[in-house]
Formats: sequence, C-alpha cells, structure tokens
Amino acid sequence: MTANDPVATFRLEAQELLDQLEQALLDLEQSPDRRDLIDGAFRALHTLKGSGAMFGFEAMAGFTHHVENAFDQVRKGQLAICPALVGVALAAQDHIRGMIDTPDGEHAARGDALLAELAALLTPCGACRVDDQPPAQRWRISFRLAQDAMAMGNNPLLLLDELRGLGHCTVVALTDGVPDLAEIQPDGCYLGWDVVLTTTVPRAEIEGVFLFVADDAQLSIEPIGLSDDARLGEILTARGEVTQQLVEEMIAQRPVIGEMLVEAGKVSPEAVKSALAEQGHIARDNLQTAKLAKSADTSIRVPAERLDELMDRVGELVIAQARFKQLAAAGGDPQMKAMAEEMDRLSSELRDTTMGIRMVPISSLFGRFRRLVHDLSRDLGKSVRLVTSGEDTELDKTVIERLNDPLVHLVRNAIDHGLETAAERTAAGKPGEGTVRLEAFQSGAQVVIRVSEDGRGLDRARIQAKAEENGIIAPGAKLSDDELFQLVFQPGFSTAKEVTSVSGRGVGMDVVKRGIEALRGTVDIGNGSHGGACVTVRLPLTLAIIDGLLVRVGKGRFVIPLADVEECVELTAEADAHSRGRSFLNIRGDLVPFLRLREMFSTVPPPDRYQKVVVVSVSGRRVGLVVDQVIGEHQTVIKSLSCLHADIDAFSGATILGDGAVALILDVEHLVACGQGREEDRRLAG
Amino acid sequence: MDNDVMTGDLEVLTFALDGEMFAVEAGLVREILDMVPVTEVPNSRPSMGGLINVRGKVVPLCDLGPKLGLERRAASIDTRIVVLDLRLDDEPLSVGVVVDKVYEVTQIAAAAMEEAPSIGLTIRKEFIHGIGKRGQNFIIVLKIERLFDIADSVGVG
Repeated sequence: MTANDPVATFRLEAQELLDQLEQALLDLEQSPDRRDLIDGAFRALHTLKGSGAMFGFEAMAGFTHHVENAFDQVRKGQLAICPALVGVALAAQDHIRGMIDTPDGEHAARGDALLAELAALLTPCGACRVDDQPPAQRWRISFRLAQDAMAMGNNPLLLLDELRGLGHCTVVALTDGVPDLAEIQPDGCYLGWDVVLTTTVPRAEIEGVFLFVADDAQLSIEPIGLSDDARLGEILTARGEVTQQLVEEMIAQRPVIGEMLVEAGKVSPEAVKSALAEQGHIARDNLQTAKLAKSADTSIRVPAERLDELMDRVGELVIAQARFKQLAAAGGDPQMKAMAEEMDRLSSELRDTTMGIRMVPISSLFGRFRRLVHDLSRDLGKSVRLVTSGEDTELDKTVIERLNDPLVHLVRNAIDHGLETAAERTAAGKPGEGTVRLEAFQSGAQVVIRVSEDGRGLDRARIQAKAEENGIIAPGAKLSDDELFQLVFQPGFSTAKEVTSVSGRGVGMDVVKRGIEALRGTVDIGNGSHGGACVTVRLPLTLAIIDGLLVRVGKGRFVIPLADVEECVELTAEADAHSRGRSFLNIRGDLVPFLRLREMFSTVPPPDRYQKVVVVSVSGRRVGLVVDQVIGEHQTVIKSLSCLHADIDAFSGATILGDGAVALILDVEHLVACGQGREEDRRLAG
Repeated sequence: MDNDVMTGDLEVLTFALDGEMFAVEAGLVREILDMVPVTEVPNSRPSMGGLINVRGKVVPLCDLGPKLGLERRAASIDTRIVVLDLRLDDEPLSVGVVVDKVYEVTQIAAAAMEEAPSIGLTIRKEFIHGIGKRGQNFIIVLKIERLFDIADSVGVG
C-alpha cells in the first residue's frame, strides 16, 4: 500500500474510527450515562460520514448519517442509551465496516433492516441527562503566615503543594516583608504568597487547606470574575490595589501600566508582579484548554517499516557507540572520554525513545476481545463477563500484532470449553454469569499475559484418557499435573466432547504454542485460583534488543538471554572431578544437571581453572551450563543468522560486541535439547 | 548471471586461492576487507568459516577451499575478505569469502572466454562460469552463487 493513496488512507482511518466507535459502544453498555463516550461515538460517526462521502463511499455515508442522527439525539438528551440501541449500533458498525471493505457488495437489504430497527428505537423516551461537572472557577488566594509559623511546625511548602493538588496553580512569593539580613530570625517566616488557582472544588475545600494555620495567618480567598483577556490594570483594580479611576488616569498617560503605577508609588512592585502572574495564569489556562482540544490530532501516522528501519539504525549506533567508548577509554584522552560518555548517554536515550515509539499498550489488543466476548456469549448462550487488567502494559508493536491470533484462540477456548452453561453453573452453586479474566503485567524483562476463567477447570482424568487414546503417552503413565496439562499443547489434542463452530477441532493449542514460541515467548496452562483453567503467556518486551549475559567458552564469547538465567555458581573442583559419571550439581539441596558447553562446542583450548556454571531455566526445569568465564551483562542487539547457518539451532542469532567482534546468542531451549540428545547417544554407545 | 550467453566484456575481480587465479563478476563485490577477527560457529560445516562484523552487520564468512578441492593456506599479509552481495532463492545474502590475495578489477573480453573443459579440472563444472585468458595466465571465473546454492550436497559428496 502506498502512503499517498487517499482511499487507502481513508480505509486505515476508518478502521481506527470504527474501532473507537466499537469501544465506546461497548463501554456505553456498561455505563450508559458517560457523556464522553456518547460524544466519542457521535464524533466517530460524524467523521466517518464526512470523509466517507469525500472518498466516494456515498452509500456508506448515507447509512452512517442515520446512525449519527440517532446518536445526535442521545447527545441532546432526547434518547436514552439502552442495550437494544447498543446492539443495533454494534451491528450497524459492522455493516459500515463491510461497506468500506467491499464498497460494491450487496449491502442495501441488510442496511434497510438495520435502519428499520434503529427507527423503532428512535421514539423519544425519558431523557438521560448527565450532570455536567461544575465549571472550573478561578480563585485568588493570598496568605501570609504568622512570623513564628515555621517554629510552630507549619510548613508553607506543604500548603502550597496541597493547593497545587487542587488544580492548575500559579504561585507568587511576596518578598516585600523580608527584613534586612541582620534582623532575620532563622526560623522566621517573612514571605507572603499570592496564589491563583483554577479548580472545580468548592471554596470550603480551599479553606480546608489552611485549617491549621488560619488562626494566626492573614488569609483571603476570593473568586476571580474577570474575563479571560483581562488587562493588568483591571486585575489590579479588581484586587483593590488601585482604583479604577487611577488606572484610567495612568493609562491615559503611558502605555505600560504596571511600571507606571509602581513608579508613581501607588502600588508595590510585589503587587504588580503578583497581578502579572495572575494574568499569565489565565493565559496558560486558556492555552491548556486549547491544547486539550487539539490533542486529538497531535499524533502522526508512520509506516511500520520506517520504524523498523529506525530501530535498525539505532541498533547499529548503539554498537558503534560501544566501540567508540572502548576506544576512548583505551586512549586516555580525558576530553575524548567525556565526549564518549556524553554520546553514550545520548545513544542510550535514543535507543529507549525509539523502543518506546514501537511500544503499544496492550489495550489495543484487549479492546478487540470485548467484542469477541460479547458476540461469543450471545452465540453460545452463555452469559460472560470480561474482566481486564493491566491494559496499559506496553509491548512491541510486532509482538502485539502477532499475539492476536493466539490470544483469540485462548479466549475462545476459555468461553467455549472452560465456562459451563448458566444452568450447569447455577447447579454447581456458582453465579450464572461466567467470568473471563485477561490480565497483563510486566515482570522483569518479560510481559506476562494471563487468560483465566472461573469454569470447571482442567480435568486430569479426561486429559490423561485422551492422551492415552491419541498415543501421546503410554497407558497408565504417571505424570505430574504440570506435565499432564502441558500435553494439551501437543498437536492433535482436544478433549472437547463435541466439535462446535467456535473451537474444538483439536488444531488449537499447538498452534497457540507455536505462535507464542515464534515470539520467543512461553506458554503454560494450569488450574487457576478462580477454579477454572489459567493460561499464562510470557513474552519478551521487544524482539530487537535483549539483555544478555556475556560468557566465554574457550576463546569464543556467547550471549545467554538474561531472561533465561537464574543464577551463576562456581563449578567446584569436586563436582568437576565427579562429573565423569554424573553431571549433577547440588545447589541448595536441589539436583541440577549440567552441560559442558566446551564439550558441546568442541572447544580446543584447555578449560579455565575455575569454571562457572550459569543456571538457566528451560521449560520449568533448571539446567546448568558450564562456561569458562562469566563476563557480565550485555545489551544485545539481535542480528539474525544468514540462511547459510540455518541448520544450527543451538543459536538464535548473533550480536556485535563492544570491540566489534561477533558473539553468538544461545538458544537455551534448543541447546539443552541437543545436549540431551548427545547424552543419550553416549549412554547407548557406552 | 546467465550461464550460456556471454555477450560483451565481463568485468571481474581477480584473486588467488591456493596458487590458482580465480575471478568473480565485479558487480557482485560489495567491498574488500583486510582480515578481521572471525567468530567461529560451533558445530557448523567446515566450509562455513564463521561470522564477521561488516559495518555493524553480521556476515557469514566462507572458505571456498573445501568446495573447490583446494588447500587452505595460512593467513598472510595478503589475505583478504571479499564481501559479496548475492541473491539466494530470491533472498539477498551478504557473504564474505577468504582469498589468499586480491589482484585487480579487470575486463575479460568475451572472445577470450572459453567454456570450462569437461576434463582436466578438479573443480566441479557447475561452479565455473568460464575460463578467461589473460596474457599467459588462465583465470577461472566462478559462478559464485552455485557454490552456496548446493552447499549441502557438497558435504555428502
């Protein structure tokens, strides 16, 4: 798609608008009187209609016009939001989507039916009015604490902070009461403050701030009733500093009123300063309102490839910078070193910013599931509530996109297989409405996404029976819960008794697992705390850069993804000597098997005297990797290996180190699997 | 690069490997580097020499010796890495090749090019684009993509 094809751009925009509309509608179903949602829905419809007509989608624009009308009535309070209206609007939203995707399709009949439904709802009924928030009011607060206030334990800073908490606040300190240095008491409070506050809270609340100091302080709180573009003279008059007449006289004489008044000795410079601050405050207030109104169009659309390119460049810059830093450190020129440090800071900021650009809150993904749940619960006749949390958790854009399909599958599974029908639930003493939980949170360098429900949970016996039937495990095999549950990720595994249109063809969970592993993530299933099944997906924050642990084996340096690393211990001479027959370590009472990377990589140079063991966790098990040296942490920009090295799966990629050398990144899972294979070969041979 | 039509002159980069003079089409050459530190890839095929850093990109380094039936010589002051931009299965691939010495970029007249003879060569015929003559010397112009294309079958044969 080219960026300058206007119809394509419109389509993209329309997708976004439709998504916004959908979210607003679904939210409205929950809270029908949220004014902002109604406005949002109306705006989306209005824009769709307008730009649709502009780009030749007349039929769509005509249809949208009617829906927009309905929401206009809602907006004016002539029509109340009810589930029926939301339902029709959702269907209409789908219809609009269809009309945009296939403008030449046959839409008229469906459109007329929807409009008829809509018209039936348009009979005016009890208006739902929403109380507007009280408009913000400006207050002029002027206070001067007693001179011993600080000695009494009061802190004017706290008062000011509290005022700031109430709204937009401009503070001017009045220093005219400060005596000469010789007369100053160190704990005396000589300052006065003029504060202009824009807030929606009532006067009483402002007074509450001064509750404990009011007795000894001079305090005045008065509303500012001036127009937005008040002149300094007007402000001073309103504050009672000068009379209207005096101001007028002064204005007549010279243009710069503040200076004149001061010069004339009519007001103190402090008073003018404070009044000027008030003027500035009002101007800023207006600016902020203008900014809020504008914030809707301060984002720009950038093709994803450009971001990828940018990320590549930044990755190269980070590498080049690391080399530069090393050279500068070796050179010993202090100016060079200072420059290198400066560059280091800049490039790491640039890296973070660039990564930040690519980060998208997961709410964009979760949002889609609300509709899915809404539709599924209707199709399956199960009443389902979707609870989401951690929507603002951020993930790399690519990860979010590729996460959609696996998550859709998990949510479908949860509703279709996990939750019982309302009748079954009531019989089991649970509330009729099932709950599906979607949670996301960040844990270290990983993002954890959890899909859980409060249904019947995983059935051990059924999974075992099914696995035996499909020949995945030997009959009567004894497996732990964990091992058994992981079997549902095997290809061709499904315990659903009947195949439904939603899920249950047994092609599900292994696809989910593969999709998530392709993102360098992991997936686990178990029974959650709410009774039902709980699927936990763990994903790296980004695909482009990882934190790694740099180790040395022989002469080669390798990066182990830090997310896999649990701890590093020393390989004692004792364990080393014993390990001919058994390769186990005793770590705080646990048996941890270990692999020697030297042997796996056929390293020639003799081992270091004190070898280290990096303990990594591989699908829940701990395995030690024996290395010669642990060098340290390393920010790793991942470079994929060329197709010429595609047959080597012990490495997931390569990276460039600070000195310009290339280091390989270990794929711990494959490496351990490969090591197991070797051990078995050896056992068979021996 | 077509294998039968050879119209006009061919611009090539000539280099030495194990005492023989070889050439590749100059258009495929991105740059020529002095030897750089090479990162070995454990358990890879012997012809795959490891990985090098070419201006921030990780590029595989190949040793053509085993495929062409040549001995590998120890690195000397003349040893160079020729970085080539190839297309393999329509995917771009940058690859480095170690050569004993780089001579020059030169033209080989179409008239001076001959098809590879079917006997008298230790190198498999499908790797050769043609044989050029330059003064008293023969230059073997390699069909360099083919060397990577059938990389797997070579190890077996």
